[in-house]
Amino acid sequence: MILVWLIVLLLAAGPVAWMLERRESQWSRWIALGALAIDLVLALILWTEREATVSLSNQGVWLADLSIPWIPRFGITFHLALDGLSLLLVLLTIFLGVTAVAASWTEIRERAGFFYFNLLWVLAGVLGVFLAMDLFLFFVFWEVMLVPMYFLISVWGHEHRVYAAVKFFLFTQAGSLLMLIAILGLTFIHTQQTGVVTFDYQQLLGTTMDQTVALWLMLGFFAAFAVKLPAVPFHAWLPDAHTEAPTGGSVILAGLLLKTGAYGLIRFAVPLFPDAAQAFAPVAMVLGMVGILYGAVLAFAQTDLKRLVAYSSISHLGFVLLGVFSWNAIALEGAVMQMLAHGITTGALFILAGALQERLGTRDMRRMGGLWATVPRFGAITLVFSIASLGLPGSGNFLGEFLVLLGSYRANVLVTVLAALGLVAAVIYSLAIMQRIFHGPAGESWTAPDLSTRDLVTLGAMIAVQVWLGLYPQPVLDTAGQALQNLRGFGEVTVLISRR
Amino acid sequence: MAPEDFIALLPLLVTALSSLGVLLLAAFHRDHRFVAVVTSLGLTVACFTLPVAAGVAPRQVTPLLRIDTYALFYAGLILAASLAVTILSYGYLEKQEGQREEFYALLLFATLGAMTLAAASHFAAFFLGLELLSVSLYVLIAYVRTDSRPLEAGIKYLILSGTSSAFLLFGMALIYFQSGTMEFVRTAALAGTAAFPSTVLVGLMLILTGVGFKLALVPFHMWAPDVYQGAPAPVTAFVATVSKGAMVALLLRYFVEIAAFRSEMLWWAMAGIAVLSMFAGNLLALLQDNIKRLLAYSSIAHLGYLLVAFLAAGPLAAEAVTFYLTAYFVTTLGAFGVVSVLSKPGSEAEALDDYRSLFWKQPWLAGVFTIMLLSLAGIPLTAGFIGKFYVIAAGVESSLWVLIVLLVGNSVIGLFYYLRVIVVMAADGRRRVRPADTAQAPQVSYADGLVLAALSGFLFWLGLYPAPLIRLIQTIQRGMIGS
Repeated sequence: MILVWLIVLLLAAGPVAWMLERRESQWSRWIALGALAIDLVLALILWTEREATVSLSNQGVWLADLSIPWIPRFGITFHLALDGLSLLLVLLTIFLGVTAVAASWTEIRERAGFFYFNLLWVLAGVLGVFLAMDLFLFFVFWEVMLVPMYFLISVWGHEHRVYAAVKFFLFTQAGSLLMLIAILGLTFIHTQQTGVVTFDYQQLLGTTMDQTVALWLMLGFFAAFAVKLPAVPFHAWLPDAHTEAPTGGSVILAGLLLKTGAYGLIRFAVPLFPDAAQAFAPVAMVLGMVGILYGAVLAFAQTDLKRLVAYSSISHLGFVLLGVFSWNAIALEGAVMQMLAHGITTGALFILAGALQERLGTRDMRRMGGLWATVPRFGAITLVFSIASLGLPGSGNFLGEFLVLLGSYRANVLVTVLAALGLVAAVIYSLAIMQRIFHGPAGESWTAPDLSTRDLVTLGAMIAVQVWLGLYPQPVLDTAGQALQNLRGFGEVTVLISRR
Repeated sequence: MAPEDFIALLPLLVTALSSLGVLLLAAFHRDHRFVAVVTSLGLTVACFTLPVAAGVAPRQVTPLLRIDTYALFYAGLILAASLAVTILSYGYLEKQEGQREEFYALLLFATLGAMTLAAASHFAAFFLGLELLSVSLYVLIAYVRTDSRPLEAGIKYLILSGTSSAFLLFGMALIYFQSGTMEFVRTAALAGTAAFPSTVLVGLMLILTGVGFKLALVPFHMWAPDVYQGAPAPVTAFVATVSKGAMVALLLRYFVEIAAFRSEMLWWAMAGIAVLSMFAGNLLALLQDNIKRLLAYSSIAHLGYLLVAFLAAGPLAAEAVTFYLTAYFVTTLGAFGVVSVLSKPGSEAEALDDYRSLFWKQPWLAGVFTIMLLSLAGIPLTAGFIGKFYVIAAGVESSLWVLIVLLVGNSVIGLFYYLRVIVVMAADGRRRVRPADTAQAPQVSYADGLVLAALSGFLFWLGLYPAPLIRLIQTIQRGMIGS
């Protein structure tokens, strides 16, 4: 039941926050923060309980499981379940949710209640995506993320917000409708073979089908996930949406929504169609490699700070795509680590970019320069996350990218070698952030207040998590490892789990 | 006629009696509120007689009408929609000048005609029901005579509807010529199990033309945008839901009974119509700046989606059609309900600009309109999503991959113009609300508010927990196929 509470709490807190807006918008913020704090506690309790489960046995597939019949006509159940992979992403969701609320504390002045309503509903949708084990339910949550996100961008965004919001909505909706067809096609084939109509993930696993049919269905899933991830050439929505969204929205977009695409690949696209995925793997790996280089090159060319960070996301998520389609233990663990580390790093960079824009009224880096003297705390913290983003050893990003490359080397040498060039490019664009904003001659004589205590606490927590991921990743790798090993795929996935 | 026949006919009889009652009231005691209340009561009582009639169903009442659970389900849908339209009309007409009482009598006649269509099992009943519905609509569309546009719409509907009735009659005559009977079941039996004779096929094509006009399917859709725009908003809601729904009910029954899709030519003709309707409806809707025209084109597209389920013709298809139509009723009534509530005397809220910043002026109305539009777009948690899911499932079951992919592509186009309206409503979100904004907004009456709240409730109920309705539809479908 705890899984339902995680979601219901956010869904219920949303309308409350909206209603309280009329009284006093400050209450809305506290409601949102409170609901997320309770969620965080619940999720941490789940994790510590899990630690015990691991030491006892590795037999059970799900750490928590809940299944209620929903629409019996189609064998649809309200099925939520949790394994190590989901657990990590749930923790990331709630943590980034808290930071997003904190980041928009002063930025959102108008209609704050409605803002937090949308924020909480996006987060509930993301949690649902990570927990749903019924394909219909998964699709519902997948779409629930969409509408509130659209409102976040189109109401509280920047200059071209409407354009960006509509583009975001259309791209993702086109992808997800293709996935809906694929889901129905899969169910139909399963029904023909067994006579049982069901959308349950575990029952649909292992459905045998013709190779070409499998490939088409897999592509249906891949379309939806590749748009969200985003894989080049389906990335066109991302720079606009990330740039135009308000800070909280950008944090959630980059930190979480992109991860739902990666999660979908790991959980659904590959395990449901292992043979088709294997056949498709070279193409997907090349797409990942292209994304890494393309994102990095374009990131360097940007003058808009948020756009730069947005393109760097394309580059970082390329590693995830590369890792997933290498499908071996090291690459998958690397992909998961990269998802977590990228969520924290990019989230933090968007918070910093948002805070700068709130103070200077611009995101244009040509007008900045020499800001270190004015806002030293800003500079120091940006430096931390820039070097995390470029993948310096000691950060989670380094670990993720390193593991992915190590794993993919076994799958495809040439692609891996080219992808590794992305690490060099990352150094260039990450340091460019520092150079253009904080060093060099002062562009204009800015006077701006430095980071507030609230910002420092938020970002400090993110630094702590980032460093922890980089220096002591074993608990995280253990948590993910068992879950990854249980997944059905096309390669041999055996992970080493530490025993304590 | 046995007493059971009268029991089976109770819903129709009650509606007919109420319309006569309203006519007499209008002659002796003109009182808008009283007449509206009597109309609503009549419709409510008719709703309550449905279970009584279901007690004796299925029953063939004269060769003309077949009262089975299928007919009664659609009758319930039509009655409920008419009730919603009645309440919305009261609020709408209250703002208008002139005589208002006859409106309700006509509305009841139209409802009666629609129910007759849903129960028809004979060409005579088909034509009677259709004319009862259409003739009432000519007047209803042109009811507000102070403006020129309703009159134009009324004339347009009159002429085109008359022409389409002629096509329909000719088609019926051809089928009668071949089979010597006008009963649905017996025309099917006489035509044999093999392919249709060419006379019958031509007849069916002509009938399809007539029906296509009523459903505003491309290429018989020319009237729809003008009539939707010109008619008073509640009447537009009626045309979009009751008039189309009754026609779909009849078409589904007729085509199932005569096994129409043994003719491949007919199948392909309908597939062509479906594809054209989806594309024309969605692409033309992109160009509209008028909400009522936009909704008109969107409803053309929706009937195209519905035809895809129709064409699937598998076990799921009939269920999908009925479910989709129910969801479409709820959503369309809700959308036009908002338009109707927002309308001021002499000017309807139809320009896109009338909806600017509605979210911040009247959050509840804007919220209702938003969820209705999202349901039309087929976003989960709403009835529209389950409907679309049903249609796609039916299509997948019959392996209509091309149609399904076209449907999905069209859904994305559709999303674009629905979002456009939502964007306008959410515009200026970061500007402070001025007291003037809320002051000039029209007040929503309790009755209207109740209708919109009920429709929103249904929308979420069907979207979140559709199992009860699905069970009901399965029962009625079994009843129909078993007949």
